[in-house]
Amino acid sequence: MAKIIGGITTSHIPAIGVAMDKGLEETDYFKDLFAIYPPIRDWLTEEKPDIAVLFYNDHGLEMWLDKKPTFAIGAAPEYENADEGWGIKPIPPVTGETELSWHIVNHLIENDFDPTVCQDIKVDHGATVPLTLLWPNFTYQGIKVIPVSINCERHPMPKPSRSYAFGKAIGEAIRCWNKDQKVVVLGTGGLSHQLDGQRAGILNADFDNWCMDKMVTDPEAITQYSNVDLIEKGGAQMVEIAMWLAMRGCIEGPVEERLRNYVSPISNTAVGVQLLIPENEQG
Amino acid sequence: MTDYKMKAVEGTYHFDGEAATKGFHFNKMCYSFNSEENRQAFRDDAEAYMTKYKLTEEQKQAVRDHDINRMLELGGSIYYMAKFAGIFGWNMQVIGGMQSGRSTEEFIAYLESQGRGKTTNG
Repeated sequence: MAKIIGGITTSHIPAIGVAMDKGLEETDYFKDLFAIYPPIRDWLTEEKPDIAVLFYNDHGLEMWLDKKPTFAIGAAPEYENADEGWGIKPIPPVTGETELSWHIVNHLIENDFDPTVCQDIKVDHGATVPLTLLWPNFTYQGIKVIPVSINCERHPMPKPSRSYAFGKAIGEAIRCWNKDQKVVVLGTGGLSHQLDGQRAGILNADFDNWCMDKMVTDPEAITQYSNVDLIEKGGAQMVEIAMWLAMRGCIEGPVEERLRNYVSPISNTAVGVQLLIPENEQG
Repeated sequence: MTDYKMKAVEGTYHFDGEAATKGFHFNKMCYSFNSEENRQAFRDDAEAYMTKYKLTEEQKQAVRDHDINRMLELGGSIYYMAKFAGIFGWNMQVIGGMQSGRSTEEFIAYLESQGRGKTTNG
């Protein structure tokens, strides 16, 4: 049976992708942020997951307002990236894993989640920046990726509790897949930030760190908040914690927090990174 | 009736169904800026481009004035507006300053004042 071997939270800020393009990882501004990635890459190299299920939000590359899914799941053999309009360099295609995609879709619908199924979508920086960070120099092409998108742009958005439950159902689907494959789950985006309005620039380190603590010990505590509560606490784009909750929902039982990093701000955003290992899978 | 009204948060425009309806054409124009050909068409003749995308006169004026908050008020979504900003080379700190009444430097200092020093590594 397939196994979830770990969960990773990571930012997807475009500025991080640009910094990698320009080789700015060692500069004063970025070095604290990039310091966390080599140990995570070491873990990935050692554990060799076959598949990454990646929760992200599309920022208007593929899913624009004309048809905007609340939850969507990729079921394509590959996913192209493209020009997003403001200068991040497109990267070569990401490899998909259609058999597990369809297994997850079937399991979800049997269990009362009804995502949009996408056989041809482009993925944006929400997916490509994390992949490039975790598998640099295009080595992400060696891992099969299932992108799962959550609407974090237009209200109404799924409630945080719903994103968590959605992740739980995906975790169950992975664990009952009859293939001997190792899966890593990725929650991208966050933490506190607000890009729009007079309140742009708000950050909340205390709340971010509370969320990171709860991601380990009690993720349901985060789901007590509504999206508007999250906006009040951590800015309009704090709602991106939906992807963290979905990722955490995939993992059953207690987790060990193997690594953590928090750097704020990078661009306009507080960046949290965690590597979580399911205790049930250790041995 | 289901109570789904979101409480107001100061300095924040909730991008909800009402805003998405009002801003649809404006956002559609900004979405088109994923393509360099379209960005160039806007640079060549912004007025004609805005007319082609059926912007209201108020939206056109907000674009002419580079008034980001007004664009938000008129239904703009920051996701697509980021693509509009790309045409002018404005990054998120420039936009942040424009919206919060600060210079870019002041905006960066505001960000730093809330974050740096609270870094944790481990």
